[in-house]
Amino acid sequence: MTVLGIENVSKSYGEVHSVQGVSLNLNAGERVALLGHNGAGKTTLMRMVLGLTPLTSGQIQVLGMPPGSRKARTAIGFLPESVAFHGALTGREQLHHFARLKGVKRSVADDLLERVGLTHAMHRKIRTYSKGMRQRIGLAQALLGQPRLALLDEPTSGLDPISRHEFYDIVDDLAKGGTAVLLSSHALTELESRTDRIAIMSKGHLLANDSLSNLREAARLPIQVRVKATPETADSVAAQLGGTRINGASVSLEVQQEAKVSLLGQITGLGDLVKDIDVTPASLEELYRHYSVAKQEGK
Amino acid sequence: MPTIAIARMELLIARRNMWVFTSLILMGLFSSVLTLAGGAPTGTLGVDPLLIATTSITTLSVYLIPLIGLLLSFDAIAGEAERGTLALSLTYPLSRGEILLGKFLAHLMVLGFAVAVGLALTAGLTIWKYGSADLNYWPLLKLFATSLALGAAFLGIGYTISALAKQTGVASGIVIIVWLICVVLYDLGLLGALVADGGGTFTKVIFPWLLVANPADAFRLINMPADTVSTLASGLGAAGQASGFGPQLASLLLWPVLALTLAWAAFRRVEP
Repeated sequence: MTVLGIENVSKSYGEVHSVQGVSLNLNAGERVALLGHNGAGKTTLMRMVLGLTPLTSGQIQVLGMPPGSRKARTAIGFLPESVAFHGALTGREQLHHFARLKGVKRSVADDLLERVGLTHAMHRKIRTYSKGMRQRIGLAQALLGQPRLALLDEPTSGLDPISRHEFYDIVDDLAKGGTAVLLSSHALTELESRTDRIAIMSKGHLLANDSLSNLREAARLPIQVRVKATPETADSVAAQLGGTRINGASVSLEVQQEAKVSLLGQITGLGDLVKDIDVTPASLEELYRHYSVAKQEGK
Repeated sequence: MPTIAIARMELLIARRNMWVFTSLILMGLFSSVLTLAGGAPTGTLGVDPLLIATTSITTLSVYLIPLIGLLLSFDAIAGEAERGTLALSLTYPLSRGEILLGKFLAHLMVLGFAVAVGLALTAGLTIWKYGSADLNYWPLLKLFATSLALGAAFLGIGYTISALAKQTGVASGIVIIVWLICVVLYDLGLLGALVADGGGTFTKVIFPWLLVANPADAFRLINMPADTVSTLASGLGAAGQASGFGPQLASLLLWPVLALTLAWAAFRRVEP
């Protein structure tokens, strides 16, 4: 079921075209990562979905309703980039306030405080919170009332690695409950195993929108194979496989997907000469660079 | 009810930010001092001591209530937009009108509470000094009700400035200028025009309406008795009575509606 439908949407501020002809759909339970440099148009796109910024052209529907309508807003949970709250309120007061606005029971808000690990600090004023703690309050308010669509703008900025892990656990649970999740991020590595689809934006254009494996296949970026030998044998391994010798005892090779298995067979054939092998497919960083730079230049 | 939720949070913030405390001390202190000192010139003569006290307090309230109203409201929209809390609030299912109304209710309650405590102190001190016999409480009630109306008008003006300025620094500067114009410069300007006109058409026809068009002056006129007291307290008083009670009341009732409508219109155009 389509939760969010974005059709050929553009946004211009005078001569500046922030978003140009973007089309993107999100289904229930889908986790989609929106990648892009600063100024790529990610935040503007989210703001248009929220109804905060009017569209220049195109159409957006949230569960079939126009963005910004009361029903659409009820269905959305939003975590803004660098989320801010009133410092004079305690975490619990702030979350209870949002619960009242969304018509959610306050006991649900208390449960969410526990879910994001803030129960111990809920009676403290928000001005005493660290950035990570404010981010957790932000996430808790976005989860109020089990939204049908969650928009999370740079949700893990300011979180330490363990908190990031916990954060993605919460996102997974949310998606399992049928929520469509659209999240933007700079931290690419953490998204690899945590999203179903990757959408890449650059200079207002949507350049790619597919699963990670399909994007890899289409980009045809080489796979890195590193064979570890010994200082004495590295030269002969390099001669037989045809790679470059690095670090004194290793050999580095690049192959395309279809040549990978035969190369691995060749390496296994070397027997005792090989101490270890590392096979690394193109990282999300490389893919991102490929799509945002190469494709933009090709246009 | 989102409006109630907003009002509730604004009250909590006003309490934490000491706004409730500050306005209370301000109104309480001035009301007490004016009640105790204001009766001195009349001694135990026939004038109602409560009337003397409310007249003194009116003169002061003309300055203080607009000031408190503007100080409570100038940050309401610009501050939230600047801190980034407004964008998040607007993604919740509530209208901008509901947000504005919620803030207005909370701020009016803070103002009303401060005025009520000040006037209660006035009543208490008057009874303590002169006894409760023969006291006329009507001026006190009238002062309270019109203070609310005056405060509401300036809250609305403050929200309008806050929405248009978009930055708290700018908004705070503008509200001080607006305050100065409404409670000081406007009257000075009229006075100057009166002197220049020397009793001509302006003095007789236009002046009374210009005077009543300013909510602060309408408030002053409505709470000043039309005899010598008002002439003593305000040089403009006697002449202004020409417009009568109806237009004065209309000015005080229409200004809050007009100012809040303007604030709503300005707020609707704010893109957080």
